[in-house]
Amino acid sequence: MTVQSDAIPAPAVTAGQRNTRRGSQEAMIGYLFILPAIIGFVLFYLYPAIRGFTISFTDWNLLSAPKNVGLDNYATAIHDPKFWSALAITVKYVLWNIPLQTILAILLAVAMDRLVKSMFIKGLLIVPYLLSSVLVALIFLWLLDPLLGIVNIWLSHTPIGKQAFFASETQAIPTIAMVNIWKYTGFNALLFYAGLQSIPRTVYEAAAIDGAQEWSTFWKITMPLLRPVTVFVLVTSVIGSFQIFDTIAVATQGGPADATKVLVFYIYQNAFSFFKMGYATAMSMLLFALLVVFTLVQMRLLRANESDLD
Amino acid sequence: MTTAAPADRPKKPISIGRIIAWILLALMVVISVFPVLIVLKTALTSNKDIFTESARLWPTRPTLINFERVLGLVSPEVAQAAGGSGSTISFASATWNSVVFTVLIVVGQTFFCAMAAYSFARLKFPGRDFIFTLFLIALMIPGIVLFIPNFITIKNLGWLNTMQGMVAPFILMSPFGVFFLRQFFLSLPRETEEAALIDGANPFTIFFRITLPMAQGPLVTLAILTTIGMWNEFFWPFLIAKDDHLFTLPVALQTFRTQTPQGSPDWSGLMAGTFIATVPVFILLIALGRRVVESLAFSGSK
Repeated sequence: MTVQSDAIPAPAVTAGQRNTRRGSQEAMIGYLFILPAIIGFVLFYLYPAIRGFTISFTDWNLLSAPKNVGLDNYATAIHDPKFWSALAITVKYVLWNIPLQTILAILLAVAMDRLVKSMFIKGLLIVPYLLSSVLVALIFLWLLDPLLGIVNIWLSHTPIGKQAFFASETQAIPTIAMVNIWKYTGFNALLFYAGLQSIPRTVYEAAAIDGAQEWSTFWKITMPLLRPVTVFVLVTSVIGSFQIFDTIAVATQGGPADATKVLVFYIYQNAFSFFKMGYATAMSMLLFALLVVFTLVQMRLLRANESDLD
Repeated sequence: MTTAAPADRPKKPISIGRIIAWILLALMVVISVFPVLIVLKTALTSNKDIFTESARLWPTRPTLINFERVLGLVSPEVAQAAGGSGSTISFASATWNSVVFTVLIVVGQTFFCAMAAYSFARLKFPGRDFIFTLFLIALMIPGIVLFIPNFITIKNLGWLNTMQGMVAPFILMSPFGVFFLRQFFLSLPRETEEAALIDGANPFTIFFRITLPMAQGPLVTLAILTTIGMWNEFFWPFLIAKDDHLFTLPVALQTFRTQTPQGSPDWSGLMAGTFIATVPVFILLIALGRRVVESLAFSGSK
């Protein structure tokens, strides 16, 4: 695994000159390679984000011209108890969703790696991810219906009895978390599984020869080498989880009694039901700022830019 | 991993841990598939029986009428009598639009994301980490902020109601794709690339001849994920496509969600449509999934 440095032919130029030339060529190719992505980024992410930012300083109902109001929208948000409660509900959802989903996905990926050869069985685990989120919400509304849902009909024959699920103030958020865990665990497991495949088998063989047991192999080799993928899964699923909307919009509409009114749903209501575009974008910007801080902390804590294979 | 010691360990002892793992795995498979089974059951139940048979796992009087309605094989009158709206969708045209929409985006996005990700993971240039951080930040912009300005951009380009308007925001990149591939490129062993560099290859050659072939697995994985996402994408095509000749499947299937004479969702029609729409991606997953595993196993053994 060593670089064959002794095989380099005698340099015709000094090492310094060569490195500079290679460096500028590398930089040029670097810019060339990111050019298409940059164009897409500027047109469809950066520009609309800046546009959203400017809207957040206005009072705009989509019909008449936006009126500049400075920081009023941000001040309103800070003093709006509904904003804070929406944020708290979102955090509650994230805390239900992320730990369970991630642990299950890692376990499932290891099981896929160690136990299953059949592509068909792996495929079955991904089936929930194949369905659109709107449809997943409809399916679970149907399954968990208090009267006709098959789950409640079965539960009524057990000591647990029928449950309200979406219709209960205390159960609604955990239920929505379960629905999305159902949808995304297989997908995350696939990512972890792909990560497991990229770990050189020789590492495991060496560990086996050294007499390492399953459990210590998992903690000392698998988890550290899986870190780039873990960072990816955690960062993207936390970001996605903070933006939960589809399931809420279809299944509960923020109810019962605002128990599932998460932040993005409250933003959506302000934008498209109350036509307060300025206030809605201001709250979006606050959510955005929160996610940026959160992600940078996460990246730093997980040392995202390093690979243990280097 | 079992290749570690094939000779002196012909059969793995069946441990309790393995049994528990198998049981958990079986449970996860059942939980994953069960709701889909209910979708199929509902699709095979007539709209009249749907409430009386809700507790059953299989319809007592299975019928194909819902599938025939989705595919447009029966007359509007028959469809209406079966509990539908009587309005039909052009299933073939919607499927074709979905295929074009998905293929264009998957090919473009995977390729351009790979280029950008390689650049971020392996090449050194001024501003690299700053630009990558911007991409990462883009991942966090709440989607709701982007929709309205992007719609106005497409409208100003005169691309409303066109395929290019539908694919434009997606085809050049996704922050997710760039981030995804970068993490995988980071975890690829550097040795092969360094050896090629020493042999005088430039980053361009290394990218196409070494990195891309080595990253086949992650590339196919990303392509599959993008396919699933785009195949199900609803909101954007719904905003851009106004004529039904441009409708993709998720947009066309909306017909079944709302329009029955009674005003309730056409559950069985919706489930039949969903089932048919999901089959192609499932087949793709089974077909290409094997290649993902094989190519990964190949590059891992080197």
